[in-house]
Amino acid sequence: MKRKTIIISAAILIISSLLIFNCSENKGTFGSDDAASKVYVAPGQYDEFYAFMSGGFSGQVAVYGLPSGRLFKTIGVFSQHPETGYGYSEETRPMLMTSFGEVPWDDAHHPELSQTDGVTDGRWLFINGNNTPRVARIDLRSFETAEIIEIPNSGGNHGSPFITMNTEYVVASTRFSVPIPQKDVAISSYKENFKGTLSFIKVDEKSGEMNVSFQILVPGFNYDLAHAGKGVSHGWAFFTSYNSEQANTLLEVNASQNDKDFIAAVNWKLAEKYLKEGKAKLMAAEYYRNYFDESTQTGVSEKNTSVKVLNPADCPGLIYYLPTPKSPHGVDVDPSGEYIAAGGKLAAVIPVHSFSKMIKAIENKDFIGEVDGIPILKYESVIAGEVQDCGLGPLHTEFDGKGYAYTSAFISSEVVKWKIGTWEVVDRVPSYYSIGHLMIPGGDSKEPSGKYLVSLNKITKDRYLPTGPELCQSAQLFDISGDKMKLLLDFPTVGEPHYAQAIPAERIKDKIKKIYKLEENNHKYRARNERETKVVREGNEVRVYMTTTRTHFKPDNIEGIKVGDKVYFHITNLEQDWDVPHGFAIKGMQTSELLIMPGQTKTSVWYPKKAGVYPFYCTDFCSALHQEMSGYVRVSDPKSDVKISYN
Amino acid sequence: MTTRLIVFLLTALIIGACGGEEPKSKEESNASFKEKAAARFGLTVFELDNGVGPIKENIELKPVNKELAAMGEKLFIEKCSQCHKLDERYTGPAIRNASKDRSPEYILNMILNPEEMTKKHPEAKKMLAMYANQMTFQNVTQDDAFKLLEYLRSVSNN
Repeated sequence: MKRKTIIISAAILIISSLLIFNCSENKGTFGSDDAASKVYVAPGQYDEFYAFMSGGFSGQVAVYGLPSGRLFKTIGVFSQHPETGYGYSEETRPMLMTSFGEVPWDDAHHPELSQTDGVTDGRWLFINGNNTPRVARIDLRSFETAEIIEIPNSGGNHGSPFITMNTEYVVASTRFSVPIPQKDVAISSYKENFKGTLSFIKVDEKSGEMNVSFQILVPGFNYDLAHAGKGVSHGWAFFTSYNSEQANTLLEVNASQNDKDFIAAVNWKLAEKYLKEGKAKLMAAEYYRNYFDESTQTGVSEKNTSVKVLNPADCPGLIYYLPTPKSPHGVDVDPSGEYIAAGGKLAAVIPVHSFSKMIKAIENKDFIGEVDGIPILKYESVIAGEVQDCGLGPLHTEFDGKGYAYTSAFISSEVVKWKIGTWEVVDRVPSYYSIGHLMIPGGDSKEPSGKYLVSLNKITKDRYLPTGPELCQSAQLFDISGDKMKLLLDFPTVGEPHYAQAIPAERIKDKIKKIYKLEENNHKYRARNERETKVVREGNEVRVYMTTTRTHFKPDNIEGIKVGDKVYFHITNLEQDWDVPHGFAIKGMQTSELLIMPGQTKTSVWYPKKAGVYPFYCTDFCSALHQEMSGYVRVSDPKSDVKISYN
Repeated sequence: MTTRLIVFLLTALIIGACGGEEPKSKEESNASFKEKAAARFGLTVFELDNGVGPIKENIELKPVNKELAAMGEKLFIEKCSQCHKLDERYTGPAIRNASKDRSPEYILNMILNPEEMTKKHPEAKKMLAMYANQMTFQNVTQDDAFKLLEYLRSVSNN
């Protein structure tokens, strides 16, 4: 008897201690209800996802981690970025070249990750420039802007840069119709003279190089957003438009009259066929393509002089209009490719079109009219369903891959979750405040990661410590793994994120470029080691071939510069280890500092205006002796006979 | 009978286990002193003599290979000369006689694994404190490092 009791008590002890230890070790992300534990990424640990958010009017892309919301980097894209010298250094200024000259800023709205077979692959991030129409490509090995292409025949490049399923194309579209080609006409002649273009930019599969393959000339509506088809609808691209009224003034009233505008459905595979058949007209147009040549470490600007334009009247079957209520904003395609949801901004419903019904309607010629040779399909024949009670001002939809869709409603400031197929709203949560876009990692691809949703909010009012009249915008992280959405985290964002993309960290983090190899540096003015450093005068121009290492410049004393010279500092960073940049600045220079990465050569131009001795130094903390990393340049009167010397 | 056997066995055991240790030879005493010294730094004797890094065995040194030394000189200019000169102190120490002052394995480990060396090896730590500059890994392969070693051997004073 005694023995039995002992055995039983021992068993109970063992089992209960096992249970206690197991439960307390269950620290899986969703092991507890505590929001804090779900977003806490402990010091030294990595986030699960990279999130790329557009900076909007900042012209940059900001890189965050999810779920922590930590900001890792701000990438200079369309705006000069003095922190790194982007847009200031001689090597990067060409990136900002356009047919209007060098432009130091743009409005960057929609980041879009490259995809392979409908899945984000971590190669590139594309983003549009709205004001001087452009599309940029960021290389996700170096997190630097690799290429920027200008869009001809355009105004307000908003519906951009959405990609096709295998990144065959990146699209662009005109938010603001303009005379095509540009000419001096009365603005009130909008209806006769103003047109839009839908552009398809081909992306080279290996290099990512972009080229405008063709444009489609379309009626002067305002083309707002786009998404390409995937799966069953691969081969098609969809663009929302508003202002089918074709108003040119007080659009707030005049472009909100019609109770339906259009989604343009473009069969781009057919467009390729028409191109081959020579149906496109070659139109004269001036637009730049700028790319960063990694071998010469320098930006190159190429001017293009013509573009191929297809006219829908010559290309039957190329493009159709799907009536969509009302001044629709976002167009979003579900993971299967069958459902095309529109953000019916001024409508009381979310209209969802069916791709298969659209194809049938086209076959049956179920048209209710046409505009400029483009057939308009019958609404009732293409609509799959309308989501009712979806909030006021529905804008954008993303999908969780589990049969649900999430739409942002700006005016009622909420996220509404609805079921695909039944069109029923199953959950809604408030956003703080005035949500514009939302993002689910992979939420516009074939394979969404249905764990997190990020809402991008325009107004923050009382959410954070106030900072004067201008307040930041914000992102909110929601847990969407369960039936109901749960708010986890609220964090401020750079500029105005109009959209975002997120990707599992593994698809990027191990492919990162850590240094530029010195052996591969073919910059025209490089110095590959300290023996190659020199100062050379060519008339009024002086070129300083300088190197940096921890912890000195070579040369660091230069004499013989004259007032009125144009001085080039070509600086090569000889380091070959990760995260060891050096900076450069000289007193009075009218440009930003240079930040030079290991193995790179960067150039700053200086115009000394007064005689004297000028100090220069390294601007990025690089070693224990960083304070000692400095030098002097002696500037003499032009008539003096001080010769160039250096050490 | 059994008792005696037991006593005999026990005695033999005790003598064998406790008594009769030979006095250690000079080499053995030195070895155990070195082991103790190495252990104080958390290193093995090999690591104390030859550095911490990918080189974990003694390498056989042949007479200096002139071709490899020439390639090593090119590499030295490209990747080392911004911090090292042969005969004067620069960012790092003068390097002409490094192959005499250090074992070849130490040199290779220093080139290939400088950050861990300056964290763990007492000599490298001393140098870091003297020069206040971290020697950096310059993205060289083991073959490159060997060429640099041959170059250093070719310039050292005999």
